[in-house]
Amino acid sequence: MSTPMVHADRVRKSFGTHEVLKDISLSVNKGEVMCLIGPSGSGKSTFLRCINHLEEVNAGRLYVDGVLVGYREVNNKLHELKASDAAHQRSDIGMVFQKFNLFPHLTALENVIAAPTIVKKIDKDVATKKGKELLERVGLSSKMEHYPAHLSGGQQQRVAIARALAMEPKLMLFDEPTSALDPELVGEVLDVMKTLAKTGMTMIVVTHEMGFAREVADSMVFMDDGRVIETGTPDSVLLSPQNERTKSFLSKVL
Amino acid sequence: MTNKVNDQSGSNNSRSDRSFYDEPIKAVRLRHPWRIFSAALLVLWVIAFLTDAAGREAYDWNAYGEYVFDPRILKATIITLQLTAYSMLIAISLGVILAVLRQSPNPVFKAVSWVFIWVFRGTPVYVQLVFWGLLSTIYPTLFFGAPFGGPGFSIDISHSSSLFWIAVVGLGLNEAAYMAEIVRAGLLSVDEGQEEAAKALGMKWWATMRHIIIPQAMRIIIPPTGNEVISMLKTTSLVTAVPVSSDLYTRSRDISAETFNPIPMLLIASTWYLLITTILMVAQYFLEKRFARGHAQIAYGADPKIIGEGA
Ligand SMILES: Nc1ncnc2c1ncn2[C@@H]1O[C@H](COP(=O)(O)OP(=O)(O)O)[C@@H](O)[C@H]1O
Ligand SMILES: [Mg+2]
Repeated sequence: MSTPMVHADRVRKSFGTHEVLKDISLSVNKGEVMCLIGPSGSGKSTFLRCINHLEEVNAGRLYVDGVLVGYREVNNKLHELKASDAAHQRSDIGMVFQKFNLFPHLTALENVIAAPTIVKKIDKDVATKKGKELLERVGLSSKMEHYPAHLSGGQQQRVAIARALAMEPKLMLFDEPTSALDPELVGEVLDVMKTLAKTGMTMIVVTHEMGFAREVADSMVFMDDGRVIETGTPDSVLLSPQNERTKSFLSKVL
Repeated sequence: MTNKVNDQSGSNNSRSDRSFYDEPIKAVRLRHPWRIFSAALLVLWVIAFLTDAAGREAYDWNAYGEYVFDPRILKATIITLQLTAYSMLIAISLGVILAVLRQSPNPVFKAVSWVFIWVFRGTPVYVQLVFWGLLSTIYPTLFFGAPFGGPGFSIDISHSSSLFWIAVVGLGLNEAAYMAEIVRAGLLSVDEGQEEAAKALGMKWWATMRHIIIPQAMRIIIPPTGNEVISMLKTTSLVTAVPVSSDLYTRSRDISAETFNPIPMLLIASTWYLLITTILMVAQYFLEKRFARGHAQIAYGADPKIIGEGA
């Protein structure tokens, strides 16, 4: 078997004395979509942030595409990564946030080409051409010159996805991408994500859109209180949960 | 109650005459009699004051007319403008650097920034200017470089021609401490998600600051900075402490010392200060508009009706 895209080996993370991740082990293979569900405060966002090294793990090992995240391991000793190396690690992991976090002072197109031109130093014309293609792909060819304030939530989130894709990531992390949206706008964002999954993108999606999970996800993980409680195919987790905590959680959200 | 209203327009609650819906509403304007009264009173007061001032000997309007375009005054106005521009240039650049250092993850940078602001905000600008004026008697040459005779270069500051630049630096360093706080407030006003999104895209700290955080902070930074520029214009009148005597206020005092007629000279200086302030206010208005780009209500480049519409 080839190296998994994400491999978490007994990962722990604390904020002060508050242990938020208490022993997370899981793997996501290349080209797979994994959905992460669990109650609020169970550590889902923190786990995604660790994968992208926006937070440092305190114990265990986390690998992305076979490379240790956030540290260099030399003779069994861990060394903190230089800020520029950490930034480089992040540049090929895309992240989509619940609140979109688009850059409000830039137009949709400028949002998309910002990182390629600034981080990868790609020529502006080349980046613009590619940026336009990406915005077309997410169905926003008519909104390129619009500022985020003049886009609906669903449009903003699609720009955010295009912005992440512009860096040609090998892994996409979605943190409740549709939770901040009005119900009628959820579908357009999920459609973009489904198409993306079909292209073979490796994705980890924190979501409570169970229909999406059953249609697209290869695996589903239920987290509670910083631990992985149950793992399996979406159907097995959703339809025949084994653990009591999974059952009680699902009875509340379904 | 509601029924009664409905009765007037028929049971279907709509009027049959077309003009009721097609024509814009013409209503009797609400009157504000007290506003009109107080405005009239104010105008009368101002007229009374102006007619009195026009005839009052102490103002000596002949002297005002004679000196308002005096070459010395014009030269001094330009010197004041230069003092303002150069010192604000130092203050803004250094202020941005100090604020950014203060936010940096590096504790050495943070400490340097904190100490600078502590010293320069904590002592009066007049005292600082006197001190800078005396600097050349304490240190005739300034050495920039590594300590204990390491590599570096020296500047001789004992010439009197250096005084103008000493004043600029003195004003600039003091103002930088205030600018740093203004810039810091601006940086803190930017949503945390912005830094996070930029980081997640692989931007390094400085790229994030320069392309994402600072441009957004500008919207918050510009209005108080405009204030500071206007305030600096007037603070330049303190450079006499250095001593520099070529600025607008000090020069007009010097002229009145010759003519024994201080009041028209004060009026002349005030006129020029006020004129420049007015120009600065106009400039500020356009700058604020420029950096409001993308901000909800005032954003241009898109039609607000678009909100919420499907793609
Ligand atoms: N930066 C932080 N500092 C302190 N506590 C935090 C921080 N981020 C998250 N937490 C805490 O970690 C726990 C898990 O948060 P989170 O990962 O956001 O959960 P989820 O995304 O599953 O709702 C929560 O109790 C939250 O308060
Ligand atoms: Mg969360």
